Amino acid sequence: MIRTESITHSYRGQNFLQFKDWTIGSTENWLLLGASGSGKTTLIHILTGLLRPEGGKVFINDTDIYSLSQKNLDTFRGQQIGLIFQTPHMIKSLTIRDNLKIAQSFAGLPVDNKRIDEVLETLGIQEKSTRYPYELSQGQLQRVSIARAVINKPAAILADEPTSSLDDKNAAIVLNLLISQSVLNGSALIISTHDKRVKEEFTKQYLV
Amino acid sequence: MNVFSISWNSLKASKLTAFLNILLISFGTGILSILLLASYQVEQKLENNARDIDLVVGAKGSPLQLILSSIFYIDFPTGNIPLKDAELLASNRMVRRAVPLALGDNYNGFRIVGTDTNFIGLYKLKLSGGKFWKEDFEVTIGSNVAEKQKLNVGDEIYGAHGLASSDDTHGNNVYLVSGILEPQGNVTDNLVLTNISSVWKMHEEKHLVSNSSEIQPDLQEKEITSLLIQYNSPTSIVMFPMMVNKSTNMQAASPAKETARLFSLIGVGVDTLKWFAILIMSISAISVFIGLYNSLKERKYDLAIMRTMGASRFKLFLIVLLEGIILTTIGSLAGMLLAHLGLHLIAQYQDSTQAKLSGTVFLRAELSILIVGLGIGMIASLIPAIQAYRSDISKILSKN
Repeated sequence: MIRTESITHSYRGQNFLQFKDWTIGSTENWLLLGASGSGKTTLIHILTGLLRPEGGKVFINDTDIYSLSQKNLDTFRGQQIGLIFQTPHMIKSLTIRDNLKIAQSFAGLPVDNKRIDEVLETLGIQEKSTRYPYELSQGQLQRVSIARAVINKPAAILADEPTSSLDDKNAAIVLNLLISQSVLNGSALIISTHDKRVKEEFTKQYLV
Repeated sequence: MNVFSISWNSLKASKLTAFLNILLISFGTGILSILLLASYQVEQKLENNARDIDLVVGAKGSPLQLILSSIFYIDFPTGNIPLKDAELLASNRMVRRAVPLALGDNYNGFRIVGTDTNFIGLYKLKLSGGKFWKEDFEVTIGSNVAEKQKLNVGDEIYGAHGLASSDDTHGNNVYLVSGILEPQGNVTDNLVLTNISSVWKMHEEKHLVSNSSEIQPDLQEKEITSLLIQYNSPTSIVMFPMMVNKSTNMQAASPAKETARLFSLIGVGVDTLKWFAILIMSISAISVFIGLYNSLKERKYDLAIMRTMGASRFKLFLIVLLEGIILTTIGSLAGMLLAHLGLHLIAQYQDSTQAKLSGTVFLRAELSILIVGLGIGMIASLIPAIQAYRSDISKILSKN
């Protein structure tokens, strides 16, 4: 469960942003909507502990995340949050499997190859595990980034414009995978988008 | 997946850059360790040869030349001294042991040294076969002479006049190899030892041929090349040479002082090379720095992603720092390996037997080169590592 309390932020005193309080239940699916530049990405970074807001608090499973030390916040994020970006980005020098392994070890969890196989299988990319990122297509890479986001069974999956660089077919696949994976792992799902193709699937919406 | 394997994989992803950096570092450390090893070994050899000899007395001239000819057997002697003056000095109460040397002949480039049995005690010589020289024209040869010239006990050899060439052989008198020395690890391995009167007789013959009537070999007129001296007590160090230099027609030279002077002359060249090596190492440090700095620009997003996965700032710092350290460590090790292989190769082709080098000698000081290599890696990667530590991930991620 994620809960925000009177969050405000500005960039060097300009573009003052104020976000209304938001409570996300542990298995709820949400859409985060807004025009570009309205602060969607900023809010996602604040929710995931990447950007300390100038005012307000963020609670994830009742932990006030900005009261944690930087190091503990990093570990907490690794365990509780799965992040997906507009363009999938893997560590180029590592294989797909190793990319998932570091997601486990950076989060302070033991490397679990069985879990990696399981996740890759549910996403239909098991045979790619020994490949390097440059050998995969955009659609395949986006699936790998979903795999990386859910590998530690996070409390919430946050996806920032996950479909905008994909064609209709792949966008639909990725969206379905996101929903099914959030159900499978018992995670909340928040998708930030201005993509019309996504909107039909969700009932809960947060507008910035 | 630990930090090390992440750094390692990242280096593997840009093999050429890594190779260039390793090459540069290995050249720098390689030159430094070659200098270190070679100068240590040469110094060791020189000291080994001059050990136990407190003073050399010979004809007036350059003291360095006297030391070079009478201790290292490289240069020409300064001239001769009368035997009676030498004997007078030898009987001085400050002298514990005096070893006369008569030089002037060679056998295929190996010097023939006329001396007495004190020489055996001075260099603590041991035989591997046969016996020490006793009668006239008996020689005991160094291990290296026996090996190079394929000589055995009982073989006969012809000496030649001069110190290097074998053009002017003394045809009439042959030497008999009576014994072969064990390898001593010093200059005696390359010497042909005999008694002084053999050397005299060799040269008398030359005179006999030219003006036979005048020759009346008289002990009073006999000359030797130099006298190696060991003191009775260290207090003679100042007194004795002063006495020789002032009250006789001869000069006294201290091996310790002259080898130190010789080394300070060689030292200029060694220093130049040392600075050159340090220059190469600095260039390699800059190269590692630029390599990491540039790769950091490309990898900013990689590192930000690692942070979103839970990696702490300190881990990113370590990952970048470790890359530099891995590069310079491999480079330093490769450089040291190159240095030893290089020295071994040089030794294979080395003809000069005076200071033969070896590639299998390892020094503690080499460890410090490794540490310097590590330090360079750390310094070169420190700034990129700090940048990785301080990067604002939210900013990097939202720019994509």
